[in-house]
Amino acid sequence: MAEQDIPLMAHLMRRAGFGASREELEERADKGYEATVDELLDLDQNEPFNKFRMLRYHPWTWKPGTMTGHGAGEWMHRMVSTKRPLEEKMTLFWHQLFATGVSKIDHYHELSTMIDVFREKGMGEYRELLLEMAKNPAMIYWLDNCENHGDAVNENWGRELLELFSMGVGNYTEVDVREASRAFTGWTLTPVPPRGPMGRHNWQFEYKDWDHDHDEKTFLGETGDFNGEDIIDIILKNPATSRFIARHLYNFFVADEPQVPAWSVTPPNDPEAIETIAQALRDSNYDIRSAMRVLLKSDFFKKARYTRIKSHAEVVVGALRLVGGYDFPSPGIGNLSKEPGYMGQELLNPPSVEGWHTGSEWINSGSLMARINFTANLISDTSKPGIQNIINRLKAQGDLSPESFVDTCLDLMGPLDVGQEVKQELVDHAGAAGALKWGSEQDSAASTDRVSEMLQLVVSTRDYQYA
Amino acid sequence: MTSTKKDPVVVVLQLTGGNDYANTVIRYADPLYRDNRPGIGIPEGQELRIDDEIGFHPAMGAIKEMYDQNQVAIIHGVGYPNAPRSHFRSMDIWHTCAPDRLGTEGWLGRAALDIDPNKENVVTTVCFGPSIFRALVYPGVPVACVGNLDTYGMLPGVTEKDQRAKILDRFARMYVPAIGTGLVDDYLGQIGLDCLAGADILKAAPQLYSSEVEYPDSTIAKKLKGIAQIHEANLGTRIFYCDHGVFDTHANQVGAHGTLWSEVSQAVQSFFDDLREHDAADNVVMLLFSEFGRRLHDNGSGSDHGAGGVAFAIGDTVKGGQYSEYPSLKAEDLEQGDLVPNMDFRGFYSTVLEDHLGLDAKGIVEGEFEKPRFLG
Repeated sequence: MAEQDIPLMAHLMRRAGFGASREELEERADKGYEATVDELLDLDQNEPFNKFRMLRYHPWTWKPGTMTGHGAGEWMHRMVSTKRPLEEKMTLFWHQLFATGVSKIDHYHELSTMIDVFREKGMGEYRELLLEMAKNPAMIYWLDNCENHGDAVNENWGRELLELFSMGVGNYTEVDVREASRAFTGWTLTPVPPRGPMGRHNWQFEYKDWDHDHDEKTFLGETGDFNGEDIIDIILKNPATSRFIARHLYNFFVADEPQVPAWSVTPPNDPEAIETIAQALRDSNYDIRSAMRVLLKSDFFKKARYTRIKSHAEVVVGALRLVGGYDFPSPGIGNLSKEPGYMGQELLNPPSVEGWHTGSEWINSGSLMARINFTANLISDTSKPGIQNIINRLKAQGDLSPESFVDTCLDLMGPLDVGQEVKQELVDHAGAAGALKWGSEQDSAASTDRVSEMLQLVVSTRDYQYA
Repeated sequence: MTSTKKDPVVVVLQLTGGNDYANTVIRYADPLYRDNRPGIGIPEGQELRIDDEIGFHPAMGAIKEMYDQNQVAIIHGVGYPNAPRSHFRSMDIWHTCAPDRLGTEGWLGRAALDIDPNKENVVTTVCFGPSIFRALVYPGVPVACVGNLDTYGMLPGVTEKDQRAKILDRFARMYVPAIGTGLVDDYLGQIGLDCLAGADILKAAPQLYSSEVEYPDSTIAKKLKGIAQIHEANLGTRIFYCDHGVFDTHANQVGAHGTLWSEVSQAVQSFFDDLREHDAADNVVMLLFSEFGRRLHDNGSGSDHGAGGVAFAIGDTVKGGQYSEYPSLKAEDLEQGDLVPNMDFRGFYSTVLEDHLGLDAKGIVEGEFEKPRFLG
């Protein structure tokens, strides 16, 4: 393993996952970059999440009811403990794109089922995922397709399918919206009676042919008695779809782009990169795994270190994975899933079908404070295994000058490359108490406190807000 | 008189999701209303009549009371040409006043810059989040974004007084803008410093506050109560922003729309009662708007995205009544089935900017638009 491989591997693991401990980074660096990418994509190489263990300790996660903020408990635990980080990261990606919220669904079980679909189909062919979404009861209710009748068209799903899930504004007309909506008439949901006397009814997809508009439709220049599947096929023939999905992948995995509504009027920051991803999609029949392989192995990805502002979910999950000790479904893990919500990203409850505004729009004075306070609080606990590891690595270097102390902390927390000014502030802060010593018990206790404080300052920096 | 004059304050309450104009301010006597609303029409007699043509939604009793006291201006047919009928694009246009290009600067961000050009007060603008609204965004203009006013502060885990002073000082020094690090870094730097300063100022507000008014239990009431606390603490805040929703009533509109409006109406009434109790109402104008109105003909159980909508201005200095005209409901006058706006929203903004905040609206809304005269 070469020392210079660590920053690149750390970058890959931040983007294709939620960060990794130094021990894991060293192991992966030994294995090599390409092999690590392949392993992340080939999910079966690592053991799946143990759902039954989760249910044994937290039976409420089976049907989390409607209590505000409690629905994402299992998902949060998956993100924090998974051995397949890209699987959960991809799931988060699709949740951002097919943004569906409990504010309207009021049924966490159905939303969790949708999240399961992202996990199962999120790296396969996009056609299959789109079709699953068109038939997903939570999505049908969220975008009112259950109110889309042969004799009374409701355009909500039809419009968002074109605007937000496939081609983007500017690639279709109002007539196309109408025609697409007509093709999805009769695609509805029906309740399934619960097995026991308790609990909410689950939902399932139902196609009611009698409620479907069988007249001729003209959509994007093609005419026929189209049903929903035909609309999806026509959408996927349109290259705008490949570019739109590619831009989403780029924005989520590579570097921040303008907000989605601006895409029809603002060109991408790196059009070539997006065309590369779009081409990979078209070449593979829209196979997401193939496109991700191209993306993660590309030079534009490798060069994109710290060019994205972390989402709040990435901040929370990343910090929990860093400090460690959350592999087991201990009591209280349900509350962790609410943390991103306090920052402005309530999981399973995006503000609208557009999803969250990303990039620097993650940050305002309220969210910055919440991000820093959460991370600093977590990291100040020096009994946590991840922090113990950092302390042990510092100890192993013997007594450290303030500068080496700061350098080592920045290295183990990233490696993070802060500017000269910030570095000087950290060194000055460390210097006030002289060298870091571990000789006596007293020294050791004082130094442990100093490490805790230094790490809190590191996670408070601007640089730490980027991934 | 001038020396004791209070600075004007604007409170924006955004009705997120596209509020249905036709069922908010109802043309109850118009047979075309009945024809177009077979599924979700408000049954005749339930509307809260304000004249022989028009009535409020039955859930808007509190706003009707304020209307009867001449404190509510209804601005009919608000919108802009070529409505895109997309929530996101339309909201962006309302926030940035830029219908023909991608705007990144918010109209109230520009207004805040005019109010406080040297950015002396980091709480000139207060946003009840958790997220910020693009209407408030302008490079370098501070916005204090508050989720929970009671726990607002940086690094609360560091409690020992000396250590806390040192670490917050270090934090401030790390966030000093560095040269040549790029726009996003500059933005983060500014936000970090504003956080520190804003937290110092805002933490005083809940401690100073007491009121006889009991707010109803809703999220919008909590936000408006927080706004009242900050306003009554005289911290120099001139622009407040919050929202309520989701008004995207494609389905099951009858129940949902009523609940939303009863929450908004009661919260707004409590808010003004609170302000009056503290002699703090006479310099406040509240604006209510939504990104678009909804399609005139219902879809059976709800209504789809439309164009022309309704806005409201509320306050003791507002000249209550109706402004502009209700767009025609005749089929031949509709555009793609939607009410055609006849009052540009930038004119609505201009009235508040010029006749309340005393600013020059032209640069802020990018042009001159007919102003509904509900102030001055």
